[in-house]
Amino acid sequence: MSEKSRRNFLKSAAALGAAIPAGAAAQTKAPSHADHGTHAAPKGAAQPRPYMFLSQAEVAFIDAAVSHLIPKDELGPGAKEAGVTYFIDQQLFGGYGSMARKYTQGPWPEGTPQQGYQSPLTPAGVYRAGIRDTNAYCQKTFGKTFDALARAQQDEVLKGLDGGKIELEQVRPQFFFNMLLNNTIEGFFADPVYGGNRDKAGWKLVGFPGVAAVYTTFIEKHNVPYKAQPVSIADITGKLAQVDEHGHPIHVMLDDGKAGA
Amino acid sequence: MATKLKPVDVVTVGVGLTGTILAKELTDTGLKVVGLERGGWRDTQSDFAMPYAHDELRYARRHELMQDLSRETLTFRNATADTALPMRYMGSFLPGEGVGGAAVHWNGVTWRFLPWDFETRSRTLARYGAAQLAEDCTSQDWGVSYDELEPHFDRFEYLYGICGKAGNLKGKIVDGGNPFEGPRAREYPNPPMKTSHVGAIYAKAAKELGYHPFPAPSANMTRPYTNPYGVTLGACVYCGYCERFGCEMGAKASPQTTVLPVLMKNPNYELRTLANVIKVNLDSEKKRAVSVTYVDSRGREFEQPADLILLTSYVFSNVKLMLVSGIGKPYDPQANTGVVGRNYAYQTNGNVTAFFEDKVFNQFMGAGALSMMIDDLDGDNFDHSGLGFIGGGWIGAASAGARPIDFNPVPQGTPRWGGEWKKAVARYYNRAFGITTHGACQSYRGNYLDLDPTYRDAYGLPLLRMTFDFRPNEYKMSDYITKKAAEIAKAAGAVKMNVNPRTGKYNIVPYQSTHNTGGAAMGADPKTSAVNRFLQSWDVHNVFVVGASAFPQNGGYNPTGTVGALTFHALDAIKSRYLNQSGPLA
Repeated sequence: MSEKSRRNFLKSAAALGAAIPAGAAAQTKAPSHADHGTHAAPKGAAQPRPYMFLSQAEVAFIDAAVSHLIPKDELGPGAKEAGVTYFIDQQLFGGYGSMARKYTQGPWPEGTPQQGYQSPLTPAGVYRAGIRDTNAYCQKTFGKTFDALARAQQDEVLKGLDGGKIELEQVRPQFFFNMLLNNTIEGFFADPVYGGNRDKAGWKLVGFPGVAAVYTTFIEKHNVPYKAQPVSIADITGKLAQVDEHGHPIHVMLDDGKAGA
Repeated sequence: MATKLKPVDVVTVGVGLTGTILAKELTDTGLKVVGLERGGWRDTQSDFAMPYAHDELRYARRHELMQDLSRETLTFRNATADTALPMRYMGSFLPGEGVGGAAVHWNGVTWRFLPWDFETRSRTLARYGAAQLAEDCTSQDWGVSYDELEPHFDRFEYLYGICGKAGNLKGKIVDGGNPFEGPRAREYPNPPMKTSHVGAIYAKAAKELGYHPFPAPSANMTRPYTNPYGVTLGACVYCGYCERFGCEMGAKASPQTTVLPVLMKNPNYELRTLANVIKVNLDSEKKRAVSVTYVDSRGREFEQPADLILLTSYVFSNVKLMLVSGIGKPYDPQANTGVVGRNYAYQTNGNVTAFFEDKVFNQFMGAGALSMMIDDLDGDNFDHSGLGFIGGGWIGAASAGARPIDFNPVPQGTPRWGGEWKKAVARYYNRAFGITTHGACQSYRGNYLDLDPTYRDAYGLPLLRMTFDFRPNEYKMSDYITKKAAEIAKAAGAVKMNVNPRTGKYNIVPYQSTHNTGGAAMGADPKTSAVNRFLQSWDVHNVFVVGASAFPQNGGYNPTGTVGALTFHALDAIKSRYLNQSGPLA
């Protein structure tokens, strides 16, 4: 496309935007309510998931670590069960791991805490070095890698990283730990399309409905809990959730099965 | 070697909130305007469609709509004695990139600064005397008054369809609005937003304590609205995805939803995206700009001559382009001379998180500017005698969308991970809300922008360097108003609270506010301002520098309303005077 025709295209695209109501693109009339309930059925757990960045040893490390950060308990699945290790793998393989769209030029003096991330390593590199160094520490101290330690020992090691009490050779321990913790929280609560938050475990824990419905009416219902089956992006693209004319899901309420909002 | 293009009348460097308004109005007078935008095209239908628009990881965490730092960032240090290092990740603030700029991903809170704000120095001296101002404080008057700007605030609010309730109509105080605001000529174009549960209990508590709560002025439409350009915005559905997101409903005012649909149809306008301006070229006497040089997406360099060059980018890009182009004298903090980069300021935010056991809030519902606020402790709306500081801030409780990666509050003392943390998150996700204390920030001799000696951008130019920290005035102010916020939380029935006034050194990592200001301050004196009261460069008269870069210091308000007013104020001077006879306007 020539520069001129590209610009003309941009102009006509803008004109189009003015003419058609926003959101009118979204659209598929979804199956009825009766079908909707089935969307929880295909469990991610049954699918073998190909890791793209992490080695087996690294998967074992992260599985073990995230099961402490957000443990499985009487409230429901933890980070491990929610697929957070796979989420982290996918993030490290992609733009996040390689520091896409971030400033990566040196020099890299350590800087002050107020100056933030100054490592010459990308997040993918931080994980690789952090896991290696932590396993080396565990091997030296306990004669085993982190994943093979007793749970109490694992907890002690994580607290040591968090508190900066364990020295790592290639990365600062808190830098590595904070990255792992942040990514764990992301993976637990991000849309399941990224591989974590499996079966919307994170959203169910707190009662977050996911992709938002139209709340114009409900916003004025004060002190009334809004309990909906959470809806993910894939529920909508896979036509498992009913949507309105702008593409907002029509939430199915957990209390009485009636549509919300 | 740059390819020289056919001259045009006007170039805007940046196609965001200010650049689109100026281009629309100037193309209407028959001028040929070219908009140069470093980022790409984006629009409601093509880019913000459901369900992808509601993706917290992509937009809120990975900053899909923000500046590409791999090409250009800035460096930062707390003080001149430190070595500045690059901001490798965004944190504290989130400049946008692409058509519409940061006005695509903003929340939509749209204030007018107080009459006091425009005369900060002279009114402080008059009421309290010189001792009230810190010795190194360089806060100053703007060279323009609220009364002069009132018609321009009005035009911007009607263009952007702001939803609110007037508190002062032509000097008459009106119930339900902000009684502290400057007099306005007429009501807001749209009624205020609905009240959430959080808004209701916050307003009730504030009122009990004698404050004057009102709904925040909002650019999230409360009904479909057709603006004076004939562009229609949709109605907000309170989905809770505003800040850091585009709006799938076309219900948040932005260049895309208010100006671009008509501007793009005007044959006098040409938009060039992925065009990064690297320099404004001056004549041999450095009195007049002759062209801009930009690099396109294929690496080609072009020189675009123009009669009038409008710098309409975010604060940092405006100031950097002045510095690399030699427009105005760079500020030197040691000698206290020069003006470009001087008076960089920010926002001094604190907060209180209020926890309840017997209430639920559904805070995932809401809108960027859905908030109840008080303005009693902003500007000079209260007596500062004996307090040891000037300024203040609004205090408000918002329902702006509680997306769970970023919103998972726990009472202080809770561990940051593990089973106890998980239980606390599950317990309080729907039983807590935040109160923001949105404090002003004065300007100081040691807070400034200049060019970094070490780090470079993708075009080989030096990065902009920020030297900034808060001062005692800001800490005292934040402490004072955040304690008041805690009293309101208590009155609202909070059983636990986390009270966080602004303390410690400024840190560029945690998000605080995309309200960076100054560096190309406006004023009446060319010794202390980079642009005159019409935002015209004192030194290069056919360059206007439009945006919050012109604020001599920051008020306790979100800046966008005042940026809009300054844009129309500059526009009026350009249309009524500059186009008839080019030359210095002041």
